[in-house]
Amino acid sequence: MSLSVDISHQIGDLTVDVAFQAPNGITALFGKSGSGKTTVINAVAGLLTPNDGRIATQSEVLFDSNAKINVPVHRRRLGYVFQDSRLFPHLTVQGNLTYGMRFAPKQSTGPNLEDITELLGITPLLHRRSGSLSGGEKQRVAIGRALLSHPRMLLMDEPLAALDSARKDEILPFLEQLRDTTGVPILYVSHSVAEVARLATTVVVLENGKMVQAGSTEQVFSDPAMVRQLGIRKAGSVLPAEVKEHHNDGLTELSVSGGRLFLPQINLPPTASTRVRILAQDVILSRDLPAGLSALNVLSGTITDIRSGGGPGVVVQMRCGSDLLLARITQRSANALHLEPGLPCHAIVKSVSVARHDVGNT
Amino acid sequence: MSSWLGPEEWWALGLSLKVAFWATLLNLPFAILVSHALARWQFAGKQSLNALVHLPLFLPPVVTGYLLLITFGRRAPLGAWLEETFGLVLAFRWTGAVLAAAIMGFPLMVRAIRLAIEAVDPKLEQAAATLGASRFWVFATVTLPLVLPGLIAGAVLGFAKAMGEFGATITFVSNIPGQTQTLPSAIYGFLQVPDGETDALKLVIVSVVVAMAALIASEVLARKAAKRISGR
Repeated sequence: MSLSVDISHQIGDLTVDVAFQAPNGITALFGKSGSGKTTVINAVAGLLTPNDGRIATQSEVLFDSNAKINVPVHRRRLGYVFQDSRLFPHLTVQGNLTYGMRFAPKQSTGPNLEDITELLGITPLLHRRSGSLSGGEKQRVAIGRALLSHPRMLLMDEPLAALDSARKDEILPFLEQLRDTTGVPILYVSHSVAEVARLATTVVVLENGKMVQAGSTEQVFSDPAMVRQLGIRKAGSVLPAEVKEHHNDGLTELSVSGGRLFLPQINLPPTASTRVRILAQDVILSRDLPAGLSALNVLSGTITDIRSGGGPGVVVQMRCGSDLLLARITQRSANALHLEPGLPCHAIVKSVSVARHDVGNT
Repeated sequence: MSSWLGPEEWWALGLSLKVAFWATLLNLPFAILVSHALARWQFAGKQSLNALVHLPLFLPPVVTGYLLLITFGRRAPLGAWLEETFGLVLAFRWTGAVLAAAIMGFPLMVRAIRLAIEAVDPKLEQAAATLGASRFWVFATVTLPLVLPGLIAGAVLGFAKAMGEFGATITFVSNIPGQTQTLPSAIYGFLQVPDGETDALKLVIVSVVVAMAALIASEVLARKAAKRISGR
């Protein structure tokens, strides 16, 4: 199941004009507020009719302005999880969860009530009313309700934005599980870098209604152009990693394609795959393999790109194994080291975070 | 008790209750439909529909009664057609009293129900649609349960108006004891004869008791319904 979107729509002063594919996994629509993300997701849901364009799954055209096709919301079978959960106040949790089941086609397959309540940990809440739930509980029920309508795809509009970081941590593992276990693709709107870095498999970056980047998460986050998008403090690459070993001194060894990384013990078993995020400002570059350093993590590779952004800093992209790494250094250092594309180089990584740990904090 | 009120007075009370019950019941589906249309739909002629619904509220009741008479009288085209096709006679029958009471109460019911529908968060209706509910099911399973308190308030207003309807009723169906004499017409009748004031006063007391009972019942029901939809 994948979705292709190609629409343009005028809303106030903003012209939204995007074209992208959302394959299996989580496709994040990423951008600042006012960039048109919600317009796009609402157009996909059918809550908004774009001026122009086409929205289709492999098997069905949902909207086509030329062919005058506009499938009504209730026949699109796209589950929608709103930022403000929108549980029905007159129904119990169970009533909310099962609401969409009666409208799902008889032959449709998908999880049943027990699967969902167990997955989301909401079995004890079944007979409660929505008004007495906490924000995190409401959002889990909303996710369950959408899944139980057996949607072809799940749409999520900032599902965590209204929650504090503890509640976010409560929900994020479920979203990862959804991504990894159910075959339901997710279109996920977010303005949080950390959420996107942790969850997304594909990222579509929007700015003022236009698409400025699209691709796999690793690819998009290791593009030097993203530094301008995200700001110096948040820009950084995302690397797939595998847990190797937990050492006695409290460190966990991870392997990435370009070498090994050590970081304070993380709560994952060996061979588990995860993602690490290395911020561009946490990387120091050296032409020679450094010796006598306290830093544990050094990755070696080749410089692939150097981009200056007007200020005193430049962004250096280097390839380590099959991954790309970003480093933000000063123009002065770049000149002093005679850095240029093609040169071998060593990246000293001051700090690595497993993408799952810093999510609540940014 | 039966000696306190004469048989004709008991009959008038019974008729008033019957008329009010049927008028409210007949009005409800139409009032819900029209309220929903006025609150949620965009269509040409919305303002005209709104004006038409409210007309009985602004016209003198006797004018409404007269309009009913020239529309539904036995010699009027519509009245004749109803009699031929369905054997239904409205003018000077208790059925006509139901029609008059219904029309007079309709705008009050629409006002109450429309306010309740407008208070329902459209976001909840959108959420229901994304879960696969068609417009009808969204209305039946989300909007309607959430407007229940407003529905009850509207129904009680309509019922009270029907109980008290006088002008249009007496014009359209007259004041025939044992046939079309409702509580207000009976009070009016007593006030037209010498020494009728004691009997009129008794009926006034009955009216007050019925009105209070309806009000209290509606409060209890509306509170229950409001609690149910508060989500707690």
